[in-house]
Amino acid sequence: MGPRPLRIIVCIKQVPKAQELQVDPKTQTLKRVGVPSEINPPDANALELALQIKDRRAAEVIVISMGPTVFDESLERGVGMGADRAVLLTDRILGGSDTVPTAYALSETIKKIGDFDMILCGEETTDASTGHVGPGIAGHLDIPQITYISEIQIEDDSVRARRTAEDGTEWWETTMPCVLTVNFGCTKPREPTLLGKIRVKRAGVIVHWSCADVGIDPNKVGLKNSPTIVAKVDTVHLPPRARKVFHGDAKDAVAKLLDALLEDGVIAL
Amino acid sequence: MTDGEHVVEDKSHFTGVWVFLEGRKHILRDVSIQLIGEGRRIADRRGAHLTGILPGHSVENLARQAIGYGLDRVIVVDRPVLEIYQSRPYAKVMATLIRRHKPEIVLFGASKNGRDLGGRLHAVLETGLAADCVKFDLDEEGNLDMIRPSFGGKSLAHILCKRHRPQMASARRNVFLPPPHDPNQTGEILHEEVDVNEKDVDATLLEFQEFTREGGLRPEEARIVISGGYGLAEGKNFAMLQELADLLGGAVAASRKAVDSGWMPKEFQVGQTGMTVRPEVYFAIGISGAVQHLAGMQESEKIVAINNDPKAAIFEIADYGIVGDLFQIVPEFVRQIRERKATKAVPMPVAAR
Repeated sequence: MGPRPLRIIVCIKQVPKAQELQVDPKTQTLKRVGVPSEINPPDANALELALQIKDRRAAEVIVISMGPTVFDESLERGVGMGADRAVLLTDRILGGSDTVPTAYALSETIKKIGDFDMILCGEETTDASTGHVGPGIAGHLDIPQITYISEIQIEDDSVRARRTAEDGTEWWETTMPCVLTVNFGCTKPREPTLLGKIRVKRAGVIVHWSCADVGIDPNKVGLKNSPTIVAKVDTVHLPPRARKVFHGDAKDAVAKLLDALLEDGVIAL
Repeated sequence: MTDGEHVVEDKSHFTGVWVFLEGRKHILRDVSIQLIGEGRRIADRRGAHLTGILPGHSVENLARQAIGYGLDRVIVVDRPVLEIYQSRPYAKVMATLIRRHKPEIVLFGASKNGRDLGGRLHAVLETGLAADCVKFDLDEEGNLDMIRPSFGGKSLAHILCKRHRPQMASARRNVFLPPPHDPNQTGEILHEEVDVNEKDVDATLLEFQEFTREGGLRPEEARIVISGGYGLAEGKNFAMLQELADLLGGAVAASRKAVDSGWMPKEFQVGQTGMTVRPEVYFAIGISGAVQHLAGMQESEKIVAINNDPKAAIFEIADYGIVGDLFQIVPEFVRQIRERKATKAVPMPVAAR
């Protein structure tokens, strides 16, 4: 009998495409309507890392998310890329949850799935960029965490992961189950395959769970049970830039640039 | 326990401002020093004590250093098992101390370890944590107004944690000014016991490879920063940027993509998950200008963009731009600087290089 397939749960969030975020020049607020969405890029890197493990050994990859049903787009993409199945925790009472209820609700969802060996998250989201949910899940589940990793090696029940720390790279070893948060950009997420896209349509591959389905305490989630609130948001007024582009061949353009910088007094020769 | 009881046992029982202290090679990390300065300001406004929390092993010296920056006291938890940072033992120490002493505010550096620790801790304590703050204030009720960039620095969000205590936040490096060090400053060093031992260790550090630090200026300290991105195509092409930096007296930095490609060490990364720089001139070379990158350099005095894509977002915030092949433009830039330096030099020396 070969080793039991690993069960790897990848937590993803759907976020507005960062490059598309623009400040409305009239209202000075962020334009969010009509902005296309994507899988939070570090989460896509985490999913790719999970799929690479599945390429090498018996493993089941389950993608989970928490949010409105439009998040199905990202779950479908995840399954299309090669995840075995997906769970969306979706419930109106979850609206406005900060990282405390989010970590709680996701960890309850993970417990409900059960028999997990490894939980992968992106290091942070590109829209909120806290990086708190991955370690929060580890805290709730009371299991080991290794953050900011870019490589995983598995041997029996132990996991080795390469972590990017402040001053160098570290190799950590821990036991399963564990939470690993994955560095943005450490993998190149694969494209969905035709076969994967067909699997998406199969019944039961993507399921929706409510808080009641999972057994989540309604008094621990949502805006009113979140410790933090966003009291207000100020638009940052950056000084306008000249946006002067120097044309011509390299020689001309460089000469003009050099003149401008010398005139501004920001470089000296 | 009824709903929320863990939270509001009475906010007024929570007093004092805490700073989680991080050291390295027997020196306090700069982010910890900067936080002591900011923590002092907040503590004074709240009329409260400022306490540094230092889990570690043989860290008496670090504790004394920290006092010199303006702490009223340092709580040291000295255990062999705390010699290096590890998530679970450190989270256990912090959770125990927070439950024991009930501070009103706990601040962490937004370092890798600070975020690792804060993230685990806030879930365990079920209290609010604001990430990557760049400014702190107090609202009219005395709550900590935790101000952080959102959407890649396009806006600033004011985060409040009104009902839960402690209010926790991580703060970005190099945003707050370091306070002066006064070796004569007095403060208490308290050793406390926390039940933490080998059984709390759930991960082992097998190997550590320090980033090699090349000579020369650090980007955070330089007046001129020459930063390279994915357009550089190969790590060895950063030599070209180094040449330019040497000529101008600047420092080389890199975008996240260049770092993730292994072309530059992580400690040279500018942007949301790297460092923030504010030089007099920032050269973005072969950098498209993702919002995460802009967050780390958009306050530069002048921004120069060199990119072959005229639609690259970086041109939107550049003062000056050249659309074209950086492999032609950068060497030409180097050549012209040399040429002008040579003609300007009065007693025409033999070219230095």
